[in-house]
Amino acid sequence: MRKLKEFIIEKLILICGLASIFFVVLIFLFLLKEGLAVFSTVSPFKFLFGKNWYPISDPPQLGILPLILGSLLVTLGAAIISIPIGVGCAVYIAEVAPANLKEILKAGIELLAAIPSVVLGFIGMVTLVPFVKTFFHLPTGLTALSGSIMLAFMAMPTIVSIAEDALYSVPKTYKEGAFALGATHWQTIHRVMLPAASRGIVAAIMLGIGRVIGETMAVMMITGNAAVMPNSIFAPVRTLTATIAAEMGEAVVGSEHYFALFAIGIVLFIISFAINVTADLFLHKRQ
Amino acid sequence: MFKKGLIILMALMLTGPALAKSGKNSIQVKGSDTMVNLGQAWAEKYMEENPGEFVAVTGGGSGTGFSSLISGTCDIAMASRSIKGKEISLANQKGINPTEIKVALDGLAVVVNPANPVSKLTLDQLAGIFTGTISNWKDVGGKDEKIVILSREINSGTHVYFKEHVLRKGNADGKEEFAQSALLLSSSQAIADEVAGNASAIGYYGMGYISAKQKAIAVAKDASSEYITPTIENVVDGKYPISRPLFIYVNGAPQGLVKKFIDFALYKEGQDIVLKTDFVPIIK
Repeated sequence: MRKLKEFIIEKLILICGLASIFFVVLIFLFLLKEGLAVFSTVSPFKFLFGKNWYPISDPPQLGILPLILGSLLVTLGAAIISIPIGVGCAVYIAEVAPANLKEILKAGIELLAAIPSVVLGFIGMVTLVPFVKTFFHLPTGLTALSGSIMLAFMAMPTIVSIAEDALYSVPKTYKEGAFALGATHWQTIHRVMLPAASRGIVAAIMLGIGRVIGETMAVMMITGNAAVMPNSIFAPVRTLTATIAAEMGEAVVGSEHYFALFAIGIVLFIISFAINVTADLFLHKRQ
Repeated sequence: MFKKGLIILMALMLTGPALAKSGKNSIQVKGSDTMVNLGQAWAEKYMEENPGEFVAVTGGGSGTGFSSLISGTCDIAMASRSIKGKEISLANQKGINPTEIKVALDGLAVVVNPANPVSKLTLDQLAGIFTGTISNWKDVGGKDEKIVILSREINSGTHVYFKEHVLRKGNADGKEEFAQSALLLSSSQAIADEVAGNASAIGYYGMGYISAKQKAIAVAKDASSEYITPTIENVVDGKYPISRPLFIYVNGAPQGLVKKFIDFALYKEGQDIVLKTDFVPIIK
């Protein structure tokens, strides 16, 4: 009887374990099935490197290079802002802050993570966008920079909480050893604690970036959505995610436009897959 | 108002999709964002007069309305453009026969910030600005400033109408496109807000959205014609050059509740509401 129970539970857990892989494979197959159909009308090269995105014209022009670059530019900007602040914040919370301040900061970070992205987008639209416009004397504040700043807020909670966990899990003896050798607090942090926690910190950064590249609502509201080749961070951009969200409602099912949007989905899937694989490679090398 | 909405919501939740499908007691109206306020106003008045019958109105864009009509998830599609050949053939495949009914007229206003000295433009100049060949305000009599072009997203009937009738001047084979640098905003209100706060921006939307924070441009067909402002009188007279019909589409000949609702919209009361929501009635 006990054996049978054990057997059933084991198999149930096995099914749960396989379910996630099963769903990922199904989603990917569906994306491939719908997305690859676009390549019967436009070559993969023209699709990826075409500079014009006019999907509802006749004939449609389906070049997504401006969209890819738009997504990458916004993500890069967000990474440059959120990584130093996020890691710095994690170091402060884990190593420096007194106990009561630590609790307040942690609660604040959790609260930041709990704000829905559409709310952040809305706040960005009425506060940040006019500020960016007047501060940098730009023709419009709906720019990649506004998107990057807002997305940095979204990536920060992920980066801080995971990097902080990584710092906590460094064995206490490392720190004690460093102090015993006469190292100052700062020397201990940047020579001992940060290198020892680097795997976790890289994972934190990667997860933060993963969140940024998939974010849709806030970027759609504040980046201006102009499908133009971005030549500066002060210009409007249109991201891959915003394009899918804005156009899916209109696309006639079974049209080239519809298939093209699924193909954009494949591109997004590949980009986030690549981010995860790089993180993985980096982690294993370190090991 | 709020209470009524709550009751309707609860009723919808209780009776659920079964009713929406059978169409006995409720109508689903979906489509053009331009017309969503009009549809909502019709629905409220209609439900006030016909207790026990429900009309649910949702926006999403003319294209969204058509695809819902085709997939059978709405009874009436509101549209600020005519249905496309592709959409008709798709509908026929599914056994749906879209029937067009004209319900109102809409003047498309081109708006700038009140601080902008430019207050009149010809259609050619507008086409030049929105396609990007004119990129500085000084070329049309304004300050030496870069023009910021604001457009609706491509799921908007207003976007399509503006492209076909201003950029391409009604030429079906035209190749003109919005400039790549045009900002695509997701609602008319977003364009109104951006124009209100940006002295070098230019945008367009249905005249219902004009307020004191934006200045409507007077438009002339060509340099030798009169410049006309977008007012209700000028649209009724057909003088204002950028006006368009607004439609609703149903499957086949309207019947039952759908017919009753459409009749309501087309007669005196419905058309009074059209005027109140800043559109132009088709009957005087």
